[in-house]
Amino acid sequence: MGQTLYDKLWNSHVVHTEDDGTALLYIDRHLVHEVTSPQAYEGLKIAGRKPWRVSSVVATADHNTPTNDWHLGIAGITDPISRLQIETLDANMREYGAKVYFPFLDKRQGIVHVIGPENGATLPGMTVVCGDSHTSTHGAFACLAHGIGTSEVEHVLATQCLVQKKMQNMRVTIDGTLGRGVTAKDVVLAIIGRIGTAGGTGCAIEFAGSGIRGLSMEGRMTVCNMAIEAGARAGLVAVDETTIEYLKGRPFSPSGVEWEQAVAYWRTLVSDADAKFDREVTLRAEEIVPQVTWGTSPEMVMGIDGAVPDPDREKDAVRREGMERALAYMGLKPRTPIQDIRIDKVFIGSCTNSRIEDLRAAAAVAKGRRVAATIKVAMVVPGSGLVKAQAEKEGLDRIFREAGFDWREPGCSMCLAMNADRLEPGERCASTSNRNFEGRQGAGGRTHLVSPAMAAAAAVAGHFVDVRKLG
Amino acid sequence: MEKFSLLNGLVAPMDRANVDTDAIIPKQFLKSIKRTGYGPNLFDAWRYTDHGEPGMDHSKRPKNPDFVLNQARYQGAQILLARKNFGCGSSREHAPWALMDDGFRCVIAPSFADIFFNNSAKNGLLLVVLSEADIDRLFYDVASFPGFRLIVDLEKQTVSTTDASRVHHFDIDTFRKYCLLNGLDEIGLTLRHADKIRAFENQRTMQFPWYTR
Ligand code: SF4
Repeated sequence: MGQTLYDKLWNSHVVHTEDDGTALLYIDRHLVHEVTSPQAYEGLKIAGRKPWRVSSVVATADHNTPTNDWHLGIAGITDPISRLQIETLDANMREYGAKVYFPFLDKRQGIVHVIGPENGATLPGMTVVCGDSHTSTHGAFACLAHGIGTSEVEHVLATQCLVQKKMQNMRVTIDGTLGRGVTAKDVVLAIIGRIGTAGGTGCAIEFAGSGIRGLSMEGRMTVCNMAIEAGARAGLVAVDETTIEYLKGRPFSPSGVEWEQAVAYWRTLVSDADAKFDREVTLRAEEIVPQVTWGTSPEMVMGIDGAVPDPDREKDAVRREGMERALAYMGLKPRTPIQDIRIDKVFIGSCTNSRIEDLRAAAAVAKGRRVAATIKVAMVVPGSGLVKAQAEKEGLDRIFREAGFDWREPGCSMCLAMNADRLEPGERCASTSNRNFEGRQGAGGRTHLVSPAMAAAAAVAGHFVDVRKLG
Repeated sequence: MEKFSLLNGLVAPMDRANVDTDAIIPKQFLKSIKRTGYGPNLFDAWRYTDHGEPGMDHSKRPKNPDFVLNQARYQGAQILLARKNFGCGSSREHAPWALMDDGFRCVIAPSFADIFFNNSAKNGLLLVVLSEADIDRLFYDVASFPGFRLIVDLEKQTVSTTDASRVHHFDIDTFRKYCLLNGLDEIGLTLRHADKIRAFENQRTMQFPWYTR
């Protein structure tokens, strides 16, 4: 019987299997950031251990870094805990080293899930781990990418292995062609709306079909990024020409003869035609419209032409209660048309949507328009220094500034509000990030997840609008 | 991880059921970058009369004289005697870190919450389950005899009074026992396969040099 892509990646990394099926999985790439690594390095030190293979580590500071006033340097970070985490990462990098480290203020610094791929540090066929659940992003490159906890970070540092049990195979197929104005973000939100936030629990989800093939690498990363929001610890997309094109000439991509050898191997990283999946879900690309979440879980999502659902029409008592709680938190009335929801802030950024293509899509909407007077702040936070530089080369920063957006320095920013960027209680935000949980963007803050184009359109209108009708 | 074989330790009582991890180590202390230094904040909300925050000088804070671990007779205790469902609540590994940092090596209770149970094993904190009746008796002993100690013998799987007048047997899974006796944490266990890992790595480097460079 044929193998799935996940089977192939799994099989090529098993070092040892216990009787109960638990395996030691060899880890090729370990991405490290300031929040989940300090205790891991301290644990190593306490136990008198050394990192197994320093060349596997690619590190950066992203979660806590400020997005403005970089000229103030580290002194610009006023929260002492944020600052200590960043300084501790510096110290650990000095002591233990890495293949490469992009510290705070470095021009290649950025969100860990943006810098890995853009530097060619994430390659097809790899196992990739990071102490962050959105590590699933890297699966867009046909590599097996897991988010891990701090104890596991230490375990990987010390042993180059992760203790894992094999997951099930699930395939989500998007057939057809996406309509104009419909993006990868809408695809993944529609998938989560369909299968729910537990729909992929215990599975590695392979995203397949012409709707996925037609996406750029940026778009595929957006989809895999949110696999974790569908309950799957890993998302995957098979290798094709788009993958190979993207990787050519990246700093850490192989070159010369090795490039040829690598490409030959990478082309095998697809599910065999007769591979069997434990679960299959199919969506038609043409049926997907721009999506907006209305609740406090990514599965609480609706097309832009829809309305906030009415809990009274929900028969399941548990679900009804969940909807009522979400609507109370979000300050929304049942049956309000999505387009009538007015917003206070706009955030374009995060590891879901802060790559160059995302910024281009937002800029295309912002161009020649103005952010509505009722919007308190509309910020654009590029995913990395390289994305920022590219955007500035293309003049996107000017378009954003002229339209009244804030153009910021790279980092996680208001995705989780660990730095100074956050929502105040009751504030409503159109956000391109991945989690609309209660308090995620600041205590009491209300998050609506959308695509970059939809966020820019909402900024201009002051409320949600159908970006397809903007012309 | 420190090896655990024989412990002759002073016992402190924590006479309430369902002690959750938020009580063991309140959430404001999770922002630390370390896995040590949590000792002074073990049971922070019960131990002090003010509200604790990281970065305070905890030695200067007002202690709650009624809190059992503040009593002179329990200073230096290594064994915590507890009630059922100890360690319920959030998954924070800081809970066993805090207990160990405050000097505890063993907790004895009628039952423990699952995740806390696993986290403790990862960190070398021995959790012993005894029957409610035995635990009742031990609470009585601790209250009655200042300086009450117990001998925990992991090899023999027994908890006994120092005069050996009472010996309680306890169960522990063989694998966990093996790890504790040999001081093997999960990393130590994996490193038993170090040769296999190295061989795999060498093979991979030969076949696909661009992955391990
Ligand atoms: S951008 Fe958000 S989701 Fe992504 S790594 Fe940063 S905090 Fe996590």
